[in-house]
Amino acid sequence: MPNQPEANNWPRWFDPRSRSLGTFGFILNRVTALGLTLYLLMHLVALGQLAKGADAYDGFIALVKNPLFKLGELLVIAAGVIHGLNGIRIALNSFGIGVRRQRSTFIALMAVSVLVIAFFAYKMFSEG
Amino acid sequence: MTEQPWQVHFKIYRQRSGQKPYIQTLTLAVDPDEYILDAIERIWANHDRTLTYRHACHHSTCGACGMRVNGCEKLACITTIRSVTQNGGNLRIDPLRNFPVVSDLVVDMGDFFLRMNKSGFDSVALSEAACLPYEKPKILMDQAEQVTERLVDCIECGLCISACPAANTDKEYVGPAVLASIQFMYAQNPSQELIDQADHHSGLWRCHSAYECTQVCPSGVDPAWRIMDMRKKVLTDRIKSIFRPRSQEKKNA
Repeated sequence: MPNQPEANNWPRWFDPRSRSLGTFGFILNRVTALGLTLYLLMHLVALGQLAKGADAYDGFIALVKNPLFKLGELLVIAAGVIHGLNGIRIALNSFGIGVRRQRSTFIALMAVSVLVIAFFAYKMFSEG
Repeated sequence: MTEQPWQVHFKIYRQRSGQKPYIQTLTLAVDPDEYILDAIERIWANHDRTLTYRHACHHSTCGACGMRVNGCEKLACITTIRSVTQNGGNLRIDPLRNFPVVSDLVVDMGDFFLRMNKSGFDSVALSEAACLPYEKPKILMDQAEQVTERLVDCIECGLCISACPAANTDKEYVGPAVLASIQFMYAQNPSQELIDQADHHSGLWRCHSAYECTQVCPSGVDPAWRIMDMRKKVLTDRIKSIFRPRSQEKKNA
């Protein structure tokens, strides 16, 4: 029957319309978790190049020096920072710490995330 | 009325049992300061007698008129039209999510009520117990000698369940209101039975901290705080049990 809880309702998780800041935290945690999982798979495939010999691995390393891959690496850093800091907030809340200040904690931690990501972006793209 | 009536375009979810849903559109002249429930009643009275919706007290005590207004869970009886739209604007009215639709805006809340019953939810409690620990009103402090009772905050409207993303995908999820009720009852009379109702995969640990329940609660229950408080109790107990001597554990069992 429509309107009931169903596993295939999951796309609604990513719909922030009419929702509060908490849902943005929820969405960010899911998106970054999926991104990090995808990265882990790609990382394993990349390491698999080692088994094909030095030339194959060197060729792959040359490919990932492309600016597009650098941007991808920055996204991985961003996902790690956002997921990690947001995770700390949720873990603390689960111990009853800072529950009533979860909104301001979320804003503060995301501000820290932006600074950390900006620092890495500067380091990665300014030093060639 | 202090100003000219507003023209508001109502878009109402309609569904007969077992039939395909559709959106009924009609434009109404409304007083911006009237409540959404008043407008719905006028639609029923003057435009379409087949529209079904739930209502009773009209002052946010019964929890019957919960619905989604422009995507957000509201009690229609205390939500003014001005607070959710503008002159010439749209007003989309949908039934609550995560409950089966019986007809139009009416959803089946039977399972939810049964779960509330199972938790032993009592709608009257000592005033001190009925308050959240962080908001003990001053009047209670002043009248510490007097024993008073009052209605507890939860009106079982189901808005929190509709707004919860975890309830969206898990039929077995106990849900914010019921978990809040378990915490409330446990605070007054701790029991293993209450812990068992909450401490499992589809209970306390299914909550993913979106805090939408607290955001939409029209009654200040703060279900998210109560869920986290219950988690703290369960986690504290688990950690203590690691350091508890085995002989003590056997004794407790």
